[in-house]
Amino acid sequence: MSALDPATGGLPENAQALERQARAEHRKLMALSLPALILVGSLVLVPIGWLFWMSIYGSDGFTVENYARLVHPSYKTTLITTFELAFLVTGLCILMGYPVAYMASQLGPRMSSLILLCVLFPFWTSLLVRTYAWLVLLQRRGLINTWLMDLGLIDAPLKLVHNFTGTTIGMVHIMLPFFVLPLYASMKTVDFDLMKAASNLGASPVKAFWQIYVPLTLPGLGAGMILVFVLSLGFYVTPALLGGGRVMMWAMQIERSMAVYADWGAASALGVVLLVITLGILWVFGRLTGAFAATEGK
Amino acid sequence: MADISRTTGPATAGPDIVSAVTGRDKALPIHVHSLVKTYGEFYALDNVSIDIQSGEFMTLLGPSGSGKTTLLMVLAGFVRPDSGSVKFGDDEILLLPPHNRDIGMVFQNYALFPHMTVAENLAYPLKLRSIGKAEIGERVGRALDLVQMKELGDRNINALSGGQRQRVALARAVIFEPRILLMDEPLSALDKNLREQMQFEVRALHDRLGITTVYVTHDQREALTMSDRIAVINEGCIQQVDPPQRLYERPETFFVASFIGETYRLPVEVRNGSASLFGQPIKIEAVPTSNRPDQILILRPEMLHIAEGLPSENENQISGTLRQNVFQGDSFVSYINIHGNHEIAVRSQHRSNTSLPEPGSEVRLSWLVQDTVILAEEDKV
Repeated sequence: MSALDPATGGLPENAQALERQARAEHRKLMALSLPALILVGSLVLVPIGWLFWMSIYGSDGFTVENYARLVHPSYKTTLITTFELAFLVTGLCILMGYPVAYMASQLGPRMSSLILLCVLFPFWTSLLVRTYAWLVLLQRRGLINTWLMDLGLIDAPLKLVHNFTGTTIGMVHIMLPFFVLPLYASMKTVDFDLMKAASNLGASPVKAFWQIYVPLTLPGLGAGMILVFVLSLGFYVTPALLGGGRVMMWAMQIERSMAVYADWGAASALGVVLLVITLGILWVFGRLTGAFAATEGK
Repeated sequence: MADISRTTGPATAGPDIVSAVTGRDKALPIHVHSLVKTYGEFYALDNVSIDIQSGEFMTLLGPSGSGKTTLLMVLAGFVRPDSGSVKFGDDEILLLPPHNRDIGMVFQNYALFPHMTVAENLAYPLKLRSIGKAEIGERVGRALDLVQMKELGDRNINALSGGQRQRVALARAVIFEPRILLMDEPLSALDKNLREQMQFEVRALHDRLGITTVYVTHDQREALTMSDRIAVINEGCIQQVDPPQRLYERPETFFVASFIGETYRLPVEVRNGSASLFGQPIKIEAVPTSNRPDQILILRPEMLHIAEGLPSENENQISGTLRQNVFQGDSFVSYINIHGNHEIAVRSQHRSNTSLPEPGSEVRLSWLVQDTVILAEEDKV
């Protein structure tokens, strides 16, 4: 029962004042987020808008020329290479990172911190240094080839660098921490009694792993996959150095448009295309994993 | 207040449901023999042997760290003991992996799969047994009926209340007709009212299914309410296995006596099979098992009463000074000093005409000879 106050025209007592207070509080909280909104707006939305604008507005007014040029086969090859590499790197990260994250989540605190430290360690070294280090290891007369030949396992040096293989090796190494960390966090939240329950209900260890454990770690797996995939799509340094000019990534195409041809319009169009495709993939991915994430409301 | 009558009787579930979900014909006895489990120097199970009859509701009762959960986990297959034997019927199951043991289990935190709906959770063990889709649907429906959750099959686990989760966990543990049901403190997460209601429901479900049940709890009231028999465990050893009433009235060890119910202790002297309390002889029914001279008389507040007059043939009596009367709603508790520094309490039913002696007055306490329990303190045995 609400107490009706004749003084406020039959409204319940203090109702208007309380609602005013709620609105004022809401406004104050919104105001607190203003700096962040301005920052995101000025540093993210405006440049992206500008990028888009440059891609469709050239010296002779509006144009689709920058996009029309993208149907050229060389761009198609670049796009395919970029996605091929991103998928491959993501796939290898899953294969190599899942067991590592699982081990770190299962072992005692000391061993698990050691593993995470090993995962994080490369993170604290410069990307460039790590990439050059791979160059040293993988090159024709590098450590790996020398050892393999000394051991008599191979007769001629393997082509490990300045190609797709070298790029993949380097990128997987650089991307692994991005994959392992969110997955580890997700695995830490899985209640191990659920695995016991599955086993008790008749699931063999393999079935319990695939039907219970993997679905429960999907949020972390998805986050890691998205991070690795999106970062790989726009990767520049490692493919440029380890690919030796044979692995043409989309980001390198953008760089060439600007540095070599000084064509900002073309570069912008390339950037917009990459952005749109990436967003499209993220959307599809979100739809696929969203179903699981929704049930994970713990 | 929860309507208990609605959920306890077998009347709610028709005979067809019973025969469909029941594991009665498959209920098996459990024989545990010389089970040892150590963690370093610590004996979690110290040569434990117990026989649980087919269809029995057996409760493992003990304080935390007593080994009761370890024993349950050995039965379920999640803890590998150092040595011993566990048989279901005639089959040794100790070497079977947990997923081949065909045991239903209710976990303390329910362990319901959060990425599945209620119905999917129930269907999971059936799917693992390659049962046809139509039959799974039918059995899930019946199981939901059994725990009164018919409408909630499509719900997410996270959208359920504690009591509902409890019911789903129960239904999931019995839907695949296991031969044995294990429960690890399943009610500890519920609030008091719901817990009491669920005690009846769990027991009713057991009676309906006739399934051999091993129930772990540290709550003595729960154990006394629900069980056919209770095994009291302490420090990895089984202290006593008996029906609730016998356990309460005839504790065999000092630990059982002090762990179950409210007890007060008075030192007694035992010589040549007769006992005396502060120099005064008391009547006993059976000769104490231990022949140590210094033993303990166990008294429970509700077994005592404040006496008027001399003791009758079958009573013992002791006198003391009444210190305080405390009103507890359903009863009064009177604290009485005996022989200076010993205190015992007496419980008297609350009736509107109850009149208790004033604090400071001398009172005589009586109890029946058959309620006289004399035990030796364990560590000195």
